[in-house]
Amino acid sequence: MSTAAAPPPKKLNRIGLDLAPYKGLKTTLCAGCGHNSISERIVEAFFEMGVAPWQVIKLSGIGCSSKSPAYFLSMSHGFNAVHGRMPSVATGALLANRRLLALGVSGDGDTASIGIGQFVHLLRRNLPIIYVIENNGCYGLTKGQFSATADLGSKLKTGVVNDLPPIDTCMLGIQLGATFVARSFSGDKRQLSALLRAAIGHRGTVVLDVVSPCVTFNDHEGSTKSYTYMKDHEEPLHEIDFVPFFQDIEVEIEPGTRREVTLHDGSRLALRKLGADYDPSNKLEALRVLEESGRSGEVATGLLYLDTGREDFLELLNLVEEPLALLPEGRLRPPESALAEILEELR
Amino acid sequence: MSTVELARPQESAWRGSGPVVNDFSIQVATVNGSGSQTANIVLLRALFRMGIPVSAKNLFPSNIAGLPTWYTIRANNRGFIGRKKEIDFLVAMNPETAEEDVRNLGPGAAVVYDAPLGLNRLRSDLHFYPAPFDKLVAGVCPDAKLRRLVRNMLYDGILAHLLGIEVEEIRTALFKQFKKKVKAAELNWRAVEAGVEFAAENLPKTDPYRAERMDANGNKIIIEGNAAAALGAMFAGVTVVTWYPITPSSSLCETLIEYARRYRIDKETGKATFAIVQAEDELASIGMALGAGWAGARSMTSTAGPGVSLMSEFVGLGYYAEIPTVIFDVQRVGPSTGLPTRTAQGDLLSTALLSHGDTKHILLIPSNPEECFEMAIQAFDLAEELQTPVFVMLDLDLGMNYWMAEPFPYPKGGLKRGKVLTAEDLERLNGFARYKDVDGDGIGYRTLPGTEHPLAAYFTRGSGHNERAAYTERPDDYVRNMDRLGRKMETARRMLPRPAVELAPGARVGLVAAGTTHWALVESRDQLEREHGMTTSYCRVRAFPFDHELGEFVAAHERVYVVEQNRDAQLLDLMKLELEPALTAKLRSVRYYGGLPLDARTVTDGILEQEGM
Repeated sequence: MSTAAAPPPKKLNRIGLDLAPYKGLKTTLCAGCGHNSISERIVEAFFEMGVAPWQVIKLSGIGCSSKSPAYFLSMSHGFNAVHGRMPSVATGALLANRRLLALGVSGDGDTASIGIGQFVHLLRRNLPIIYVIENNGCYGLTKGQFSATADLGSKLKTGVVNDLPPIDTCMLGIQLGATFVARSFSGDKRQLSALLRAAIGHRGTVVLDVVSPCVTFNDHEGSTKSYTYMKDHEEPLHEIDFVPFFQDIEVEIEPGTRREVTLHDGSRLALRKLGADYDPSNKLEALRVLEESGRSGEVATGLLYLDTGREDFLELLNLVEEPLALLPEGRLRPPESALAEILEELR
Repeated sequence: MSTVELARPQESAWRGSGPVVNDFSIQVATVNGSGSQTANIVLLRALFRMGIPVSAKNLFPSNIAGLPTWYTIRANNRGFIGRKKEIDFLVAMNPETAEEDVRNLGPGAAVVYDAPLGLNRLRSDLHFYPAPFDKLVAGVCPDAKLRRLVRNMLYDGILAHLLGIEVEEIRTALFKQFKKKVKAAELNWRAVEAGVEFAAENLPKTDPYRAERMDANGNKIIIEGNAAAALGAMFAGVTVVTWYPITPSSSLCETLIEYARRYRIDKETGKATFAIVQAEDELASIGMALGAGWAGARSMTSTAGPGVSLMSEFVGLGYYAEIPTVIFDVQRVGPSTGLPTRTAQGDLLSTALLSHGDTKHILLIPSNPEECFEMAIQAFDLAEELQTPVFVMLDLDLGMNYWMAEPFPYPKGGLKRGKVLTAEDLERLNGFARYKDVDGDGIGYRTLPGTEHPLAAYFTRGSGHNERAAYTERPDDYVRNMDRLGRKMETARRMLPRPAVELAPGARVGLVAAGTTHWALVESRDQLEREHGMTTSYCRVRAFPFDHELGEFVAAHERVYVVEQNRDAQLLDLMKLELEPALTAKLRSVRYYGGLPLDARTVTDGILEQEGM
C-alpha cells in the first residue's frame, strides 16, 4: 500500500500568493510571549487582505516588541530604528514614497516613555501608518523594569509597586488626532484579527494598543498585564465582524443590534452590540469609556474611535501622485533659465 | 562741530594724508527691532553697484527687540572683505551704546549721530556729524507710527553725501529691496533725500573717506550663504526637507521653501515635487531625513550645533545602516543658552566623529556662497553614491551675512543616484546581498522599499548584520563589516573636494584654514608680506576626511599654522588624527573664539607672536 500522499494544495490569496512570503524568521522571543501571537495575526491579516508584501514597510524602535518585525513579512523592507524614534523614520519613508503601506511595531516603553515625543506628533499629523503597541507594561529586554503604561498599584515580580499613574496611549490617540484607535488583547485572536484587517483598509494613523503579556517578567499575581488578569478583566465593547472590500457578503442585520462602518478601502466592520450601544465616531464617549475603564480596572477593548473624514498628512502636503523618490531628474532640477532668473534678482 | 587736527588711525598710516578712497568700514549701531536692516542692505548694495568690493557683518543679539545691534559694512578696493577691526565711520543710533561706541573708535574716525546725544563732547580726535533725526523724519513722514522705520533711511542719505555714494544707486537698491511695495519705497526714498539735503547744507566734510565708482564686481551677485546652500539643494533635486527652527540655520530652509514654491511645483497638476516638514525637534528631523533617504528620496535637514548633538544617535545609525542624507550645520557658539547669534567653527571635531562606536563622517566645508551652492549639490551626490550621511559645515558668518559671489554655474552632469538595484536588476542577478563589497570600493548595492520583486527586501538595522543584512553578533562578521566601512571612507577621500593650495616659492611657513577663516587669512597673508616681509603658502581645506595633498603641504614647509575659530584647535586635532606623527610636530595653532567674524589683524598678530616677531 502506498503511503505517499500528495501535499495538500497551498491556499492562495487574492493576488495569488501563498502564506510563505507573509511569514518571517523563527521568533527568538520567549515561548508564550504575547508578541508572538500578534506576529501571527499580522501574517494572517496581510495574507488574507492580499496586500503585496513589497508595498509594505515594517518599522520598529527598540525592545522586545521592536524585534518582532523580523518574524513576519519577510518580503517587506524592514527598519529597526533607534529607541522611541520609529515614527520619524516612518514619516520620512512615507514622504519619499506615498504608495508604501507602513506598519510600525512598538512597545509601551518605546512609545510611552522615550518615544512619547515622536508618538504624539505622529498622532497630530495623522500619518498613514498602522502603529501597533505591544503593551506589556514593562521593559522586557532589560529585564522587567516598569514602563509608563504600568497601572497604578501593579506589582513587579520583585514586589515593587508602581506608584505612578499610567499613560493611556489610546486616550492620547483620540485626543491628539489619530483617526483609528483600538485596544485589544494578544489572546483575543478573533478581535485582533478583525482590527488588523480593518487597519489595513484605513487611511490615517491607526493606533492599535494590544495588551501582550510578558511571560518572563510581568505575568504574575499583582500584574495588570498578565494573561490571567486580562482573561478576567477584558471588557469588549462589541463583537467585530470584518467584511473585506473584495467579498460581497451581505451581513444579516437585526435592527438595533449592530452598527456598521465602512473603511477607506471599502471594507466594512459590523460591530455587534454586547451591552450598551457604543458609537465609535463619538470622541467624548470614547474618552469617557477609557477614563471609566481606567478607574474600574476593567480593560475596554474593541474599536474605540474611528474618523474617516480627516485628511491624512500626505494629502495635506499637496504632493505629486508619483513617489518623490522615483521622480526623474527632469522634474527635480529646475532649468538653467530658472537659475539665471534667480541670479538676476540677486544683483 | 569738531574739526581739530587729527592723528591718522594706525591702520591707515601707510596711506599718507590724502583722501582714502574705497577703503573704509561703516558701523551702524542700532537697537534690534528698529528696522535698520533695510537701510543697511540698501547702503551695502549701493556700494556694490558702484563696483566697489563690499561685505557686511550683522552683529546681533539673541533677542527680538530692544537690545544693541551693530551692522558693519566694509568697502575695500583690493577685495579684502573679511571683518575689519577698526571702524572708520560710525553711525550712532543707539543711545544706550553710543558713548561706548564712540570711545572705542580709533583716532580720526567719523561719527554720524543723533544731535541730542551730544557725542562730540566725548572726544576731540574724531570727525563729528550731528543730525536732528527726529525733526528730519517728522518732515518727510506725517504718520508718526511709521517714523521709527523710516528714520534709519536718513543716515543712508547723510552717508551718501558724506562718502560720495551715488544717490541713484541708493534709489535703485532701495526700490529693489521694497520689491512691489512702491508706496513704502517712495516714503523711504523721501527720507534718503532729506538726509542728503541736510548733509549738503549743514555738514561740511572733514574726514578723508570717499567712495568712488570702480569696476571690481563684474557680474557678481550678493547673497547669504544659507540662501546659496538652499539654492544648491533645490538644483540638486532635493525632495524631502525636514527641519526644526534654530539660529543661525533657519533661513536656509525658509529660503528653500520660497524657491521651491516658485520652481518646484508641477505646472500641469499644481502639485509639489518636494515635501518640506517642520519637525517637532531635531531628533525627529534627522529621523525623517534618514527614513526618506532609506526610501530613495534626496533628503536633507539643516541645523546648528545643539541640533547636531540631538541628532548624534541617529547619525550613527545612518552611518552603520548606510543611509544617504545631507545635514547642513550652520555653526555658532553653543550651547542652547550660549551665544546663539555669534559665529564659531566649534562643531568640526564633534561632527567628524559624531555618535558612538567607530563612526566617521564626511564634512564639506565651504568658504563662500559659490561653494555653499556647489557643495550642496555635491553633498547630495556624495550621500547617495557613498550611502552615508554627509555634513555641509557652514557657520553663522557665512550663512547669515551677505557676501559677494560670482554667479553660480548651472550644474553639469546628471544627478548621481548611486548603486540602486531595480526589479529588472534583481531578476537578472537573482537577488543581492545588501552589504557585500562587490566592487571593492566598500560600497554595497541597495534596493528601495516598494521595489516590486520578491527578492528586493532586506532588513535595516545598526551594525549587527552580515553581508546579507541578516542579524548577527559574530565577531568575524562585525569586524568584516567595520573594515568595509573603513574602506568606504577611503573611497570617499578620493571623491571629496580637494584642498585649495597656493604654494609661494621659497615660503618656509605654511598656513592652513577652512571655511570663513579664509577671508581673514588672505588679508593676513598680505599684511605679513607687506608689513613684515614674510611670505607664506596657504592650504585651504575643503573636506574631511582630508586629501593626501594636505600631508604633502605640511611636509613641504618648516612650520604650519592652523588658523581656526574655536578654543581647542579642532581642525588641528583632526589633522593629528590623519597625518603622520612627523608631520604633526610641525603644526602650530592660531585660534580666535570671541564670537565675532574673524579679522585679519588677529591672525597676523597670532602668527607674529609665535614667530617671535
